[in-house]
Amino acid sequence: MKLLALLVSSIFVNNIVFMRFLGCCPFLGVSSRVETAKGMGFAVIFVITFSSAMTWLAFEYLLVPLHLEYLYTLAFILIIAALVQFVEIVMKKMMPALYKSLGIFLPLITTNCAVLGVAVINMNERYDFITAMVNAFGTAVGYMLAIVLMAGIREKLELCDTMPRPLRGLPIALVTAGLMSIAFMGFSGLIR
Amino acid sequence: MNLQVLYAVAVMGGLGVVFGCLLAFASKKFAVQTDPRISAIRAVLPGANCGGCGFPGCDGYAAACVNEGCPTNRCAAGGPAVAERIAAIMGVDAAAAEPMVAFVRCRGENGKSGKNCVYLGYSDCQAASVVPGRGPEACSFGCMGFGTCVKACSFDAIHVENGLARVDRDKCTGCGACAAACPRGVIGLIPKSARVAVACSNPLPGAVARKVCTAACIGCSMCVKVCLDGAISMKGAVAVVDPAKCAGCSTAPCTTKCPTKAIVTL
Repeated sequence: MKLLALLVSSIFVNNIVFMRFLGCCPFLGVSSRVETAKGMGFAVIFVITFSSAMTWLAFEYLLVPLHLEYLYTLAFILIIAALVQFVEIVMKKMMPALYKSLGIFLPLITTNCAVLGVAVINMNERYDFITAMVNAFGTAVGYMLAIVLMAGIREKLELCDTMPRPLRGLPIALVTAGLMSIAFMGFSGLIR
Repeated sequence: MNLQVLYAVAVMGGLGVVFGCLLAFASKKFAVQTDPRISAIRAVLPGANCGGCGFPGCDGYAAACVNEGCPTNRCAAGGPAVAERIAAIMGVDAAAAEPMVAFVRCRGENGKSGKNCVYLGYSDCQAASVVPGRGPEACSFGCMGFGTCVKACSFDAIHVENGLARVDRDKCTGCGACAAACPRGVIGLIPKSARVAVACSNPLPGAVARKVCTAACIGCSMCVKVCLDGAISMKGAVAVVDPAKCAGCSTAPCTTKCPTKAIVTL
């Protein structure tokens, strides 16, 4: 039950984009088409879940025993970047279909702050392994939800001819993101 | 205290070495044969991964250039210089293809073609074409003039004037983006050297076509009869010029004899 609450919380209540404001760069950059947004979303789910597991293990079994907790930022970045590259190489060889659908987004996510953010949240909250995994997965699903919703809205906005010229493109995307963020605040009473 | 520093250095250095070896090993073990042109194009691109080309990063664009024959001028950051170098790698300059140009197969500007209804929705042909009755234009084959093609053009070469899309032949590169964007398929690509073309797409019988537009091809076959080269044929009730056969005669009897002036000189 607690895990279910955490899952809902990480998807809606503490949505990584709209509530924590992490991962905004690809959120704005790759959200102009729904198809691409979907690919990005799946890649993020994959990378966040996978890298959270690795960073959790490295923190608990390497940094904590040696009292090197203060090195977590460096260590996490190193682990995430190396891991994503490794997965990309292996995937390209072993699973070309999967690589074609999401592998091209992998390098873009390597240094995404959302990925590092989840690892740091897991560490700060001292989650155990299962809880950390649920949190990571939920956060990534929340990211996908956000970027696909945003892409859907932006596709429609593209068609709007009456929009004032200075607002077209990124400005209206930023306004939209702000309004969506306000809308997501409505979830904040859902879970204590 | 000193030991702590050593631990830190050892852990970070160790992680770095381990991952470095892992990646080096993986890149050898799992090497995939790729088209050398992809890496050549990738080297030419700026590497900013801005996504301005519509592909995910420079790698995505380089792959699209080689695998999907994507136009070489999509990189906005690199500009014409990069476009030229990509073209050189792809060898598209070498192939002297017949230069094409977009052509709007419609002359139904405001006042010539009728309207079904007053349309107040999104000012976009895609949106307007799904209105019941196939859009506000009475002719369901003609240009609606909402300018979806204008938005699709990267070269400022097509504009809507008086409710009809018109191509600026000097600026048009023949990329075909407008033709793909047009929901009616009114825009086509023709050789730049073509001298005449039929500016109507309505294949319905003359009486029906004439009712909705005074500039329609009525399918009278006059042009077929007067053509000196036998380059014009009828497709349904609309004439079609075969640019391969048309010798581009200076008198161009097809244009002068056409009762609705649906055949135009270019």
